[in-house]
Amino acid sequence: MSLDQPTSIAPPALRKPQGEWAVPPNLRDYDDARRTFTWTDAARALDGSPGGGRNIAHEAVDRHAASARAGQDALRFLHRDGRRTALTYAALARATRKFAHVLTGLGVPAGSTVFVLADRIPELYVAALGTLRHGSVFSPLFSAFGPEPIRSRVTLGEGRVLVTTVALYKAKVMAQRAELPSLEHVLLVGTPEEVAALPGTHDLRALLAAAPDHPVLAPTTADSLALLHFTSGTTGRPKGAMHVHGAIVAHLATGRLALDLQDGDVFWCTADPGWVTGTSYGIIAPLAAGVTCLVDEGDFEPERWYRLLAQERVTVWYTAPTAIRLLVRAGAELARAHDLSALRFVASVGEPLNADAVVWGQEAFGQPIHDNWWQTETGGIMIANYRAMDVRPGSMGKPLPGVDAAIVERTNDEQVRVLDAPDAQGELALRAGWPSMFRGYLHDEERYRRCFADGWYLTGDLARRDADGYFWFVGRADDVIKSSGHLIGPFEVESTLLEHPAVAEAAVIGVPDPVAGELVKAYVVAKPGQAADDALAATIRGFARQRFGAAVAPKSITFVPRLPRTRSGKILRRLLKARELGLPEGDLSTLEEPAPPPAGGEHTP
Amino acid sequence: MTQDEMRALVLAELQRIAPEVDGAALDGARPLREQVDLDSVDYLGFLVALHKATGVDIPESDYEAVATLDGCVAYLLAH
Repeated sequence: MSLDQPTSIAPPALRKPQGEWAVPPNLRDYDDARRTFTWTDAARALDGSPGGGRNIAHEAVDRHAASARAGQDALRFLHRDGRRTALTYAALARATRKFAHVLTGLGVPAGSTVFVLADRIPELYVAALGTLRHGSVFSPLFSAFGPEPIRSRVTLGEGRVLVTTVALYKAKVMAQRAELPSLEHVLLVGTPEEVAALPGTHDLRALLAAAPDHPVLAPTTADSLALLHFTSGTTGRPKGAMHVHGAIVAHLATGRLALDLQDGDVFWCTADPGWVTGTSYGIIAPLAAGVTCLVDEGDFEPERWYRLLAQERVTVWYTAPTAIRLLVRAGAELARAHDLSALRFVASVGEPLNADAVVWGQEAFGQPIHDNWWQTETGGIMIANYRAMDVRPGSMGKPLPGVDAAIVERTNDEQVRVLDAPDAQGELALRAGWPSMFRGYLHDEERYRRCFADGWYLTGDLARRDADGYFWFVGRADDVIKSSGHLIGPFEVESTLLEHPAVAEAAVIGVPDPVAGELVKAYVVAKPGQAADDALAATIRGFARQRFGAAVAPKSITFVPRLPRTRSGKILRRLLKARELGLPEGDLSTLEEPAPPPAGGEHTP
Repeated sequence: MTQDEMRALVLAELQRIAPEVDGAALDGARPLREQVDLDSVDYLGFLVALHKATGVDIPESDYEAVATLDGCVAYLLAH
């Protein structure tokens, strides 16, 4: 991919008011906050476990359950069937204790990996925090995943416990249960009759009802493993990024500084806990801050979302570019037809939010949309647009207090050179050592080591910093695809496409899309004798959708006679992408032979 | 266009997005997205395709009316 395309002319900065605020922001003066902030001070905002040490469940739940907040809603659920229920901090403490006792009762040792595959139902949240309380490791699976990503993640993570629903178990797990030997306990949410009909499973609700609720808290420390989030790289298996209980210091600090979480807030993070945003900011940060966290079980629908914002008097809203672009499409009038006067702060994460959508926020919400940047590996927000700081539309903003970011260039001797010149383009790097930094990739120490050089964590994102310190996203340094905020590893998709009997070769790239950022596209070489036509493309797409789920499966398939490869046989995805975008093809000296341009039509729906 | 023809049209567009869908197995009264794995991009593509095929405009404020197969068929016929 060529990266020297001219940068588009950015719209002017959006000035923030300087005088009196009705509700003063947590971060009023960015430069001052950077000067005075320390992570040691930030950790003082938390309690520490009663016997010493650190546990996320204590800080996010027990601390508030033992305070005046006990009766306040911690989680407010809007169910698919229209019901509206809530768990207060006291009730959440009780439910998560019960969950921890359920694990103990089953003989699950601390340090086990507990996978949760569920829609945004109360049990997901209870299982997440109950697992942490038990001293085990919570690993969420996106409920829209197909059987394949579930199998690879549970296998790699050696999941001992799976919490899921009867419907998801039957659709995605049951048939491959024998291939998941590490899985000792499957806890299902469903009616007693449904669960009883499924051998080798437990009725989670019955177990919770029967479990004791006396206090329990594992003696974890800040360095104990807490969360396992899978993410994708260009090659090989998904990567299991490991996070520790001490990360909550960053979850809370960034929740307050970057999202402006304050007492009494009703916070809505629309991300699914199957992804890191939905865990860090859909569960941990808001509960650590003691606010009320709104959980919407349903899918995105513009009208309904605006209605929820209005009815629930949401004060801080954290959503994603794909949703925002769809709201832009629906028009600002639809937003203004609802009473959104409670909304104090709107933020976005997932992929860079285009400048026009940032500016559109002013029309719809009376404020720009505040983009921020982070990754699964960083555990929390690292670079952000703040409530009180002028916004440069299209920029990811400035590093959080306590976070040092730079633009660097990798040198040949595995060191890096910091590029100080304004607007110099290079790899975005973060000075290692913030509390929510990942502590390893599960069973892949080498890959973890390669992410660091000279004390910098190298993010794999290309960026530039302007003369005033604002960072701008440029692109990925690798072939990873970013679609609707999800990272998708091309190799994982290609490997599975090859399992289809008509597919000889496959290469997967991301192509630009105005709504999703990028869409997954597959180039396929059909096996000899196969008619490479629309019908076959549809069959392969259907196959891929069933294996991966809609969020990961290719949206379009193009048949080609052969794939461009290097002499060593590596697929040149960059070349496919350059051709797709009509860009210069760059240095082709390593190409095995000139590959013809794609033949045959596009097979999109 | 009859109800059956409209239903066939809607199903055909759905299957262009999600080729794995078995039309006979769908419950017309349940939201489509609870039965078919459609992400936001798929769903938008589906509604845009319906608009192209029928000429009926489906504003965002009416998305709830077209959430089920039955609702979708009725909406398109009524407009």
